Amino acid sequence: MTVKAKLATGYIKEFARSIEASAQQDWLKDLRRKAFEYFTETGFPTSRDEDWKYTDVKEVAGGQWSVANHANAISESAGNAVNKIVFVDGIYSEDASSLGELPEGVVVSKFAESGDNEVFQENLSKIVEPEFSGFSALNTAFIDQGLFIHVPKNTKIDEPIHVVMVSTGEFTAFPRLLYVGEEGSEAEVLEVFTREFEGPYLTNAVSEVKLEKNAKLIHTRVQRESHAAFHIGVTKAVLSRDSVYDGTNLNLGGKLARHDANLEFTEENGEAWVDGLYLIEDGQHTDTHSRIDHKVKNCLSHQNYKGILDGKSRAVFNGKVYVHENASGTDAEQSNKNLLLSNDARVDTKPQLEIFNDDVKCAHGATVGQLEGEELFYLLTRGLNQDLARNLLTYGFAEEIINKITVPSIKKDLDEAVLNRLHAKL
Amino acid sequence: MLLEVKDLYVAIDGKTILKGLNLQIKKGEVHAIMGPNGSGKSTLAKVLAGHPSYEVKKGEILFEGNDLLELEPDERAREGVFMAFQYPVEVPGVSNAQFLRLAYNEKMKHSGGEELDPLEFDDLLREKAKIVEMDPQFFKRSVNEGFSGGEKKRNEILQMAVLDPKLAVLDETDSGLDIDALRIVSEGVNKLKSEENGVVLVTHYQRLLNYIVPDFVHVLADGKIVKEGGKELALELEEKGYDWVKAAGN
Repeated sequence: MTVKAKLATGYIKEFARSIEASAQQDWLKDLRRKAFEYFTETGFPTSRDEDWKYTDVKEVAGGQWSVANHANAISESAGNAVNKIVFVDGIYSEDASSLGELPEGVVVSKFAESGDNEVFQENLSKIVEPEFSGFSALNTAFIDQGLFIHVPKNTKIDEPIHVVMVSTGEFTAFPRLLYVGEEGSEAEVLEVFTREFEGPYLTNAVSEVKLEKNAKLIHTRVQRESHAAFHIGVTKAVLSRDSVYDGTNLNLGGKLARHDANLEFTEENGEAWVDGLYLIEDGQHTDTHSRIDHKVKNCLSHQNYKGILDGKSRAVFNGKVYVHENASGTDAEQSNKNLLLSNDARVDTKPQLEIFNDDVKCAHGATVGQLEGEELFYLLTRGLNQDLARNLLTYGFAEEIINKITVPSIKKDLDEAVLNRLHAKL
Repeated sequence: MLLEVKDLYVAIDGKTILKGLNLQIKKGEVHAIMGPNGSGKSTLAKVLAGHPSYEVKKGEILFEGNDLLELEPDERAREGVFMAFQYPVEVPGVSNAQFLRLAYNEKMKHSGGEELDPLEFDDLLREKAKIVEMDPQFFKRSVNEGFSGGEKKRNEILQMAVLDPKLAVLDETDSGLDIDALRIVSEGVNKLKSEENGVVLVTHYQRLLNYIVPDFVHVLADGKIVKEGGKELALELEEKGYDWVKAAGN
């Protein structure tokens, strides 16, 4: 038996059971079958794949986790957010979810109720294709639970929609989000991956975002899995003319975490932020891959990723910005700064610009370092001791990203997480 | 005596900048240290604050009779030494209010005073901000980030107001200021100077001294004080230039 086939056996049983039990439409079952077929052919990526060079998923691939069949009760998630949709171990939780009043025409529905929706049919799995990786193929094969958000033309949702994924046991979950914002629509979506269980489990998530003409989305993704867990996620946004996407990705959890944050401009004058922070400590590995495609003229992309590493931890940042031949007037900036708090931490950073047009403005850079120099001296001269000064600078380093978050409860949680990580009180 | 600098030799990167500097400052006095570029003015300011790049080769600095050179920069600050930077440093992600409250509380902890919570401190900060006509909007902003040159200098004086030092060393605080900002900053310093503290103005130009009138003027050239006098010396320098005193020093 080949390694690939062996790895897949657990999933073959699960898949057979899942598709058997499913009451889904035929088109959806077909999509799932094809994706599973692709998965069984390709298997999981290995370190021989350029994109997975520094992140060995052997342990993820070899893990045997079952798919949950009901949503466990949880203590508390997303506090008193007006709009919250909660999935427990990948299963939609009726009890924990609630929606406030939404403008007319807005659809926020579980996948189980979305199968006949035309917009859903048109877009599902078109933005992140199953072939993107073995993981996205597997996620597609297990499409069952998931959330579809559709905001119609010129409609604005005032209250953010919190999509909360809680893990409570040794399961594998396949969270999936499809967001379609029509012309002139505006919304804010937060995806929060959290846990009430500190053991090992696997989250394999896919989020697809489509913004039509002049649509706006603030998209915040907070990953706070258990430090024994595995998290593999893909986010991709596709932007039409004049649309604006503001993405912030916070990666704090996981024994091994991988996030692909991708974006594509398909029409002119779009603007996007794809920012992030990874904050990890001893025993954690986090990998961010990002690809921003400027396929058309006059689009702006900003990318500011920061990393703070402590103990024996490892981070990977690989950010590609492709400026295609037709994409004159592109303005792209990319930065990846890393702060190492320990001598045992390691970062592999590779910001890459691939430019096939002369009429562009692009800048990128990466740094890896420790706190020192004039900033530290400045704080010392104001009477802050070494520890306090260092903690304050580290906190400030993280806050530059965390400050983007507009939902106070989430921002506060993250502030506290940073301070806890530093064992500091400020 | 508040500050005594005795026969001070200081080097950076192996190059000796201060070469036998002497200076005495009493409480209630304002001293101006003037001199041409490269004379060692800023070196003196940085050595007083404890910058790690500067190496004291010889001599001593006593602050209220105690050896200042034995103290780390943060200990000096808590003892009451303050330096306003020529180029204030930006600290992204840390708000002015948060930073100042931490600094204030560290000092209070040291002196046995009362530490303040964010609300109490906000009241204090609003009072102090009036001294430099600073809009409370600045409290929430990251320290010095995106501030204009004048705003940064005002922020330095605001820090001085909050920390209430015994000795304030203002390193080229007038550089890069337009006339309005210069007035605001100078008035701020004038309000803060008292019989209980000493102020050292490090400056290249005389114009700051029109606003903050010094009791003593010291002219530094090639690492030594070559001429000393009252406030009229600054005017004489303005008229005759530094070559005059450089020649006098030789």
